[in-house]
Amino acid sequence: MTDLTQLTIAEACDGLTKKTFSAADLTQAYLAAMEKGRKLNAYVLETPEKAVAMAAASDARIARGEAGPLEGIPIGVKDLFCTKDVRTTACSNILANFVPPYESTVTSNLWRDGAVMLGKLNNDEFAMGSSNETSCFPTPINPWRRQGSNAGVGPGGIDGTPLVPGGSSGGSSAAVAAMLCAGATATDTGGSIRQPAALTGTVGIKPTYGRVSRWGIVAFASSLDQAGPIARDVKDAAMLLRTFAGADAKDTTCVDREVPDYAAAVGKSIKGMTIGIPREYRIDGMPEEIQKLWDDGAQILKEAGANIVEISLPHTKYALPAYYIVAPAEASSNLARYDGVRYGLREPGKDIVDLYEKTRAKGFGKEVRRRIMIGTYVLSAGYYDAYYVRAQKLRTLIKQDFEQAYASGVDAILTPATPSAAFGIGEKGSADPVEMYLQDIFTVTVNMAGLPGIAVPAGLDPQGLPLGLQLIGRAFDEETLFSVASVIEKAKGRFPVSDRWWG
Amino acid sequence: MSVDQATVRRIAHLARIAVTDEEVPHLQDELNAILAFVEQLNEVDVSNVEPMTSVTPMAMKKRQDVVSDGGIADLIVANAPEREGHFFAVPKVVE
Repeated sequence: MTDLTQLTIAEACDGLTKKTFSAADLTQAYLAAMEKGRKLNAYVLETPEKAVAMAAASDARIARGEAGPLEGIPIGVKDLFCTKDVRTTACSNILANFVPPYESTVTSNLWRDGAVMLGKLNNDEFAMGSSNETSCFPTPINPWRRQGSNAGVGPGGIDGTPLVPGGSSGGSSAAVAAMLCAGATATDTGGSIRQPAALTGTVGIKPTYGRVSRWGIVAFASSLDQAGPIARDVKDAAMLLRTFAGADAKDTTCVDREVPDYAAAVGKSIKGMTIGIPREYRIDGMPEEIQKLWDDGAQILKEAGANIVEISLPHTKYALPAYYIVAPAEASSNLARYDGVRYGLREPGKDIVDLYEKTRAKGFGKEVRRRIMIGTYVLSAGYYDAYYVRAQKLRTLIKQDFEQAYASGVDAILTPATPSAAFGIGEKGSADPVEMYLQDIFTVTVNMAGLPGIAVPAGLDPQGLPLGLQLIGRAFDEETLFSVASVIEKAKGRFPVSDRWWG
Repeated sequence: MSVDQATVRRIAHLARIAVTDEEVPHLQDELNAILAFVEQLNEVDVSNVEPMTSVTPMAMKKRQDVVSDGGIADLIVANAPEREGHFFAVPKVVE
């Protein structure tokens, strides 16, 4: 039998339906792959007993002819999604022992549709980061290596410079790329689905704000956070999103809107569509390979019958600075709940304030403390109008830029997903936090405007590392993104890791 | 705008995060780097712009104002670092 972990979700569903193999076989194949792949640090908690029991239940449902749309498909869950009776840490010491007595809506939907949980995946602490280096667990490692790199050959693990899998959903991207799960849940506040997908040759979609329920997901910045999948190809991402999406009474920002059959949009003709190329994304010092990737992408869409037009999104350059006001402000408010009283870590203090201060100093990592403090400052008396209100006004302008482009007839916008390929662990942001923040320069506008965006792999850089393109759509038009992304995928092929050096 | 060390300590206290004397100068540099980065927003004339208050325009969902859940005190205190029965325990706050 072929290695079952090589199958896409669509292929695995087909094999399960035809009874070529069982859900138990499929889950066992992944559990074995996870064991061999432990040095990648993708999982922070494996749940093999749960996986085996869920797979057995799937086999029983398949036998009764009651299979759900994702029946028996093994999934990894970002450790930001609360899972009932399974430790959920947000990869922070402050939640090191937190065991939720409830299940997030997204994971509930997955189990409702028959998916199997393999375990919890690494992420940046509270999803704050672009390299997964802020996790309280060991940094996950990108299964891709620079050409000629000897990473992984040294005794006991890694020699040379291992690469980051992006962040904040770095465990998700590493696990999907290394085939340690068939697909993964992820979240995106400024690029945390699309950037890790681009850095690992996988597909990631951040849906429109309100498309997917945020209930039961550890909150970072509530007006920007949105959950979505990371998958091996466009069709798998579409299948997963159909399960993720849907109305939820527990999240007032989640829309009551029918969920389309996204997979039906994959492979559809894009003839006659208009694709916008925003000139403001042509940033100073853009590497040649990124420019070429972008030009090639436009050429592919042109050959598929789309009209390519240059557009202007004049407030693009202000998206990232405005984000670094809005996101920390919301984070400082959301993270006020970690007080050492109701759940999570507690450090004793001489009085209640001392207890709060010691608990939060010990429980939060450096980047999280920094962002809470920036957020506290921009919301403090005397600075609120100068910073927070101004940033929210910029958000209005950024959103209007997109609305004008779509009103002029643009169906989707093509941009690079990231300014570079994967970088080495420890290479960025140690001196100046802004250096790391620039990773999200192409993705953050989409969160500020609440729009959907997909990252699809489209080529390799001179070091042999994957690069991704981003497509930005109209609000609630994820289907167009799947159609256009599948044209790029068809032209460029998929980007599986060929060298499985880890085991 | 930039922050001095006294402001760093004041922000830390507002955020209820203890900082050591050694951390203050580093935090001051890092916060000032971020504040310098966001300074460019001042280039834009926003005098006639409404701040964004809703990401996706939609009518706020409403529900009946009734008790719809409850009776789960055990679950609510299950993760408490210190508790007494169904109460969260904290150091004495009222003399």
